[in-house]
Amino acid sequence: MTDTTAPTGRAGATPARKGSLLQVDALTRKRNAAETRFKIYGLSAVGIGLLFLVALLATILSNGTSAFTQTFITIPVPLEKTEIEAAEKSIVKTSKYRAIIGKAFANVLSSAGVETDMSAKDLDKMMSSGAAASVRDFVLANPESIGTTHTFDLLASSRVDGYLKGRVTRADLVNDKNLDASHLDIVDRLNAAGILQKRFNWQFIFGADASDSRPEQAGIGVSMIGSFFMMLVVLVLSLPIGVAASIYLEEFAPKNRFTDLIEVNISNLAAVPSIVFGILGLAAFIQFAHLPQSAPLVGGLVLTLMTLPTIIISTRASLKSVPPSIRNAALGVGASKMQSVFHHVLPLAMPGILTGTIIGLAQALGETAPLLLIGMVGFIASNVPDGVAAGFLDPNSAMPAQIYEWAKRADPAFYERAWGGIIILLLFLMTMNIIAIILRRRFERRW
Amino acid sequence: MSLPILVFVLLALSVAGYVLGRGKAIASAGGDARKLHSLPNYYGWFGFLVALLPAALVLLLWLPAQSVVIDNQVSAMISDRAAAESSLGLVMSDVERVAEGLNLAVGAGVMSDEQAASIRTEFTDVRERLGEVGVALGSDVTSETLQAAQRYRSMASTGDLLRTLAVVAAALAGLTFVYKRTDSAFRARNAVEAVVRWILILAASIAILTTVGIILSLIFNTVEFFSLYPAWDFFFGLTWSPSFGGGSELGILPLLWATLYISFIALAVSVPIGLFAAIYLSEYAGPAVRAVAKPLLEVLAGIPTIVYGLFALLTVGPLLVDIFGDGGLLGVGWMGGGTAVMTAGLVMGIMLIPFVSSLSDDIINAVPQSMRDGSLGLGATHSETVKQVILPAALPGIVGAILLAGSRAIGETMIVVLGAGAAARLSLNPFEAMTTVTAKIVSQLTGDADFASPEALVAFALGMTLFVITLGLNVIALYIVRKYREQYE
Repeated sequence: MTDTTAPTGRAGATPARKGSLLQVDALTRKRNAAETRFKIYGLSAVGIGLLFLVALLATILSNGTSAFTQTFITIPVPLEKTEIEAAEKSIVKTSKYRAIIGKAFANVLSSAGVETDMSAKDLDKMMSSGAAASVRDFVLANPESIGTTHTFDLLASSRVDGYLKGRVTRADLVNDKNLDASHLDIVDRLNAAGILQKRFNWQFIFGADASDSRPEQAGIGVSMIGSFFMMLVVLVLSLPIGVAASIYLEEFAPKNRFTDLIEVNISNLAAVPSIVFGILGLAAFIQFAHLPQSAPLVGGLVLTLMTLPTIIISTRASLKSVPPSIRNAALGVGASKMQSVFHHVLPLAMPGILTGTIIGLAQALGETAPLLLIGMVGFIASNVPDGVAAGFLDPNSAMPAQIYEWAKRADPAFYERAWGGIIILLLFLMTMNIIAIILRRRFERRW
Repeated sequence: MSLPILVFVLLALSVAGYVLGRGKAIASAGGDARKLHSLPNYYGWFGFLVALLPAALVLLLWLPAQSVVIDNQVSAMISDRAAAESSLGLVMSDVERVAEGLNLAVGAGVMSDEQAASIRTEFTDVRERLGEVGVALGSDVTSETLQAAQRYRSMASTGDLLRTLAVVAAALAGLTFVYKRTDSAFRARNAVEAVVRWILILAASIAILTTVGIILSLIFNTVEFFSLYPAWDFFFGLTWSPSFGGGSELGILPLLWATLYISFIALAVSVPIGLFAAIYLSEYAGPAVRAVAKPLLEVLAGIPTIVYGLFALLTVGPLLVDIFGDGGLLGVGWMGGGTAVMTAGLVMGIMLIPFVSSLSDDIINAVPQSMRDGSLGLGATHSETVKQVILPAALPGIVGAILLAGSRAIGETMIVVLGAGAAARLSLNPFEAMTTVTAKIVSQLTGDADFASPEALVAFALGMTLFVITLGLNVIALYIVRKYREQYE
């Protein structure tokens, strides 16, 4: 083709193509190479994105799974009446219990054939400082056990636990005043004897947060309850309000300034940084309305305001997807406009609305920043709320805020908890998203 | 009557309204529902709403009004001397605690009602008596506080009584109106639908209320901040060193610099990757690859930011130190600690990849097929079509998408709180720790700060700045995207 149109013989012009079409010339080769390169760029961009995802998930799993197991020491403790009574009379009760456990532990060591010249105080460092309290709680709950010997599974200290999980090595212990290498020799022997074991850690899933010095006791359960109550508030408020707002905007609103203002507002609110909602919550709900600080109710209110735009946008999309013929048919047999919407359009749009709501809830469940501002952080998730009203009003934390709290603490044993908490959080999010996908697949109608 | 019982009574009266309205309508039609204007249930709902709504409105207005009136009356009782010793607010919260404690004591049966109203500090150790019922007071109760608390209690109980009367009266008036109004010719459906319509409008207005709430809460506190700290020093100060003892320097520029620097790195990571991924997925990938890769990339967008924050703090930070730190892989020693602008920027970039790619994907798909066909028909290769036809056509939309991503990056909090460090500085080195506007909002407002100090109030000024910047970016971006869409519709 070029043979006929290309001007020939002019100086400096591309020489007319003489070869066959089957032979690729330099320019075509260059263009084809550029094509391949471009395609590779695109493919590698997708690959890098997926690689980041894999790296993120792999990090979470490799660091977090160990939080689900915990090292326990099995010790038969003789609960002698005189000793218990003496301990209950003393001012520092747990330290007396500690002495009782220490004695029992020494017995365990000698019967297992572990020789040691360590003092009772040093041996005690292998055990969690919460162990004494758990023995005392047991005794108070079961007074009939006094006088018998009861076998306790007591938490080992976080460093012993870390040694068994490979987090703490002998080299780390050189400058550690809590534990030294000779402890680890004992740990090895006890581990071989089956007295010291790693077991599944229910306390991590259902337990409460623990203070800085007891990472082995910390659990995410109470903040899970806090998150649950917050999600209840979000669901109860944002679903009806969101649906009502969308119905008005989609079905009834006349085209005027006011409607335009609402529309612009909603799309802008969807992009306002979440921390600004936290400031709003602090100023409006806590400073102005004097609602209790750190309460799941306030957290829920803030997250409601934050998720409303998401829910409104998705609800409007699903209302829009219901074909006008449905409305016309309803109006044709004498329904009012309101009846056509509530009896016909809304039920048909419901699967889409629920999907959007679940996704909005999942977003709210993972949100952290606004919760920090209304005080749902700090060492507050330490008591299980007693009752529904307390669940809404008593200070509590939420899962992501609890994870943040652990990430801030100095002891690396808490980092493991933080990663473990993330696994639980992601499991919740995954479940919610899968439910949303199933709802969409199963009930969504194509018109 | 306590609040929950009152609400319950109100609901019961509303249900009575339903029964009344429906019954009266059917009776007036002689038991033949066909003679009614609307379906019988509409008469019932009309009764329900008319009994409930005015009374609920009275209750909602009464609650804040009562507490304001009582606060004013009681705080007038507190002498200037007591108010001068601490602040009026602290004395008032003491009064409220004592009053609450007296209520609890009466509830627990430790005191009778008369005793609670008549005890005097001269004769009883009030602090100890309240300690018995579990109300811990920080200091001994002065006689002034106790009298104020007793006055508070008596006013509150009078107020509660009046509240009950007002609410029940409103509900009963509603019921009377329903009874008078309802007959077979009454257009109950139209009335109910009008009310429902107003409820819908109210729900839609909450979006506006939220915005107004955000703006008001930011403005009031920002104005208060600027009355304590000069605005010029805030906007143009080069140092950020708050100290709660006083003498802080609160210049926003170092924070703003770090915010923009981190956002720039985040965009430098996410825009090329996101854009190329979008081009590949929309122009090259087959349906099978697209069906797998697109949702997987979007998983990155669904992961909460706290996860990215932890990833930055515990994984990416140490990894970067291993490469760029002292004795690291490159042996350059640029990086001192794991928290740095680079750490936060990289991780934020990862977070923004799906955001950029899905927005760009939409925009590229909106370019009409005819433009592709035209270009391919002229002999251009696929990549030449993308580079010379599709991208120029999609450019405004892509710019909008990048602006939106930028506003996300500027407003992002958890990643910078955990990954960027806590020291404010103006530096060009991306491997140094710096701190951002959002991180400082968190650090100034968490902790035991007193809300009246400039060090805490500065957070609201920072929030205001953040809100204005992100809102500006969003408005511009949405405008561009909308204009672009209209162009091809």
